[in-house]
Amino acid sequence: MGIELLVVALLVFMLIAALVAVETSDLLSAVISIGAAGFALSAIDLLVGAPDLAITQLVFEVIALVLLLCVVLTRRDTSVTQPRDALRTGVALLACGVVLVIVFFAVGGTDGRGALPPFGDPVLNHGPGAVVSPGVSAEYLARGARETGAANAVMAVLLDYRAYDTLGEATIIFVSILGAYAILRRVGRRAAARKEEAAP
Amino acid sequence: MKHAGMTSIVQNTTRLVAGFIAVFAVYIALTGHLSPGGGFAGGVILAAAAALVLLAFGGRRTQAVLSEGTCHVVDAAGALGFVAIALGGLGAGVFFANFLPLGELHRFASGGTIALANLAILVKVGAGLVGVLLALAVYGTARYVAAERARGESPDPFLEI
Amino acid sequence: MGITIYVLTFALLLIGIYAVVAKKNVVKIIVGVLVIDYAVNLFLVLVGYRTGGGAPILAEGQPVTEFARTAVDPLPQAMVLTSIVIGLGITALMVAMAIRLWENYRTFDMNEIRRLRG
Repeated sequence: MGIELLVVALLVFMLIAALVAVETSDLLSAVISIGAAGFALSAIDLLVGAPDLAITQLVFEVIALVLLLCVVLTRRDTSVTQPRDALRTGVALLACGVVLVIVFFAVGGTDGRGALPPFGDPVLNHGPGAVVSPGVSAEYLARGARETGAANAVMAVLLDYRAYDTLGEATIIFVSILGAYAILRRVGRRAAARKEEAAP
Repeated sequence: MKHAGMTSIVQNTTRLVAGFIAVFAVYIALTGHLSPGGGFAGGVILAAAAALVLLAFGGRRTQAVLSEGTCHVVDAAGALGFVAIALGGLGAGVFFANFLPLGELHRFASGGTIALANLAILVKVGAGLVGVLLALAVYGTARYVAAERARGESPDPFLEI
Repeated sequence: MGITIYVLTFALLLIGIYAVVAKKNVVKIIVGVLVIDYAVNLFLVLVGYRTGGGAPILAEGQPVTEFARTAVDPLPQAMVLTSIVIGLGITALMVAMAIRLWENYRTFDMNEIRRLRG
């Protein structure tokens, strides 16, 4: 119970930080607020038994903050206007409504038994004959140490049982970084070419 | 400019600390099968060490030591290493099979290929992120300063890196 | 209490979607994507949580049967671990795009950019 209360408190903090980040007119405060939300997320990860994620999220937050500060600090956008576009706000509200309906059926539903397992009772708790399939996680926990020799079950899943997924995700990181390179470099080359044309 | 980047206090502290952060990243990656961490966390910590060096010394001086092309090559080498580990498993039966001896639980020499795969992912993620940070620092800031000069405005001297 | 946690996570997702759809500023849109990233990662981790559960790391001398009964779900954690790092790559990509937009148009405002493009 204590952990749940702490998680709720940190989630409320995250919500407030995200709202400030989205609604403030100063871009610098927006970036700093999103950093605060990320650090709270790192604390939640630590509370719900995910120290791997807490480490990664913490460092992710620092680097993302540095990247966004690079954008915001050196480029003072003086024209931060927030025009109220009625259509866009309407679409956003409609999307909110749809997601809320999905949430209603996922966690509560009309018969009180949603598709989501209740908090604190994941599918790996269920037996083989349960309504929701117990999935493969219980097997990972029971046999991971014997079959892979790794004490950390997360690494056993990531790099042994599901290494294919990791290969695919490594490819995604590769491609996204390649995209950043491409966007940053192309203009440099074009500008250099233009300079060469103008020089002789 | 004599002191590009930040003040000499920050630069000297960075000289002392950055190496330790990089060693910690390798430690986190190599003991991923025993304790929290692993290759992804280690790679991100390595990128944080690079971000520290970049902020303290500036993009130009960092690029003189570690060029972007080197990062590309190391990045690709990490990816190839990961695939090579998978192909080693193919030699032992199936793709990604854990072909090394599993060893004793809770000892460093355990988990078969997991520690090696963690090392490959550390190299891959770390080099990729360091390269993109370098590219952002060099292409982004240097061109911005030049453009501001061209417009007749004087940019923040802190940016002159 | 459990439903409160899920609903708050979905509210976080909604704030992110609202920022991406309704905001005009490029930096605000990046912030919105980051909020969506946080919400989805957090939701996946919370689905795997087990009341009173510990980290899925076998302690020295701990019997495996007890470990399998008490540890939280390692599968979502393994997926989210890579997702966080992918988020960093995507943030770098979006930051690069924002820098390029600024260089061409000297503003982060989408309306202004559209007007300048003509």
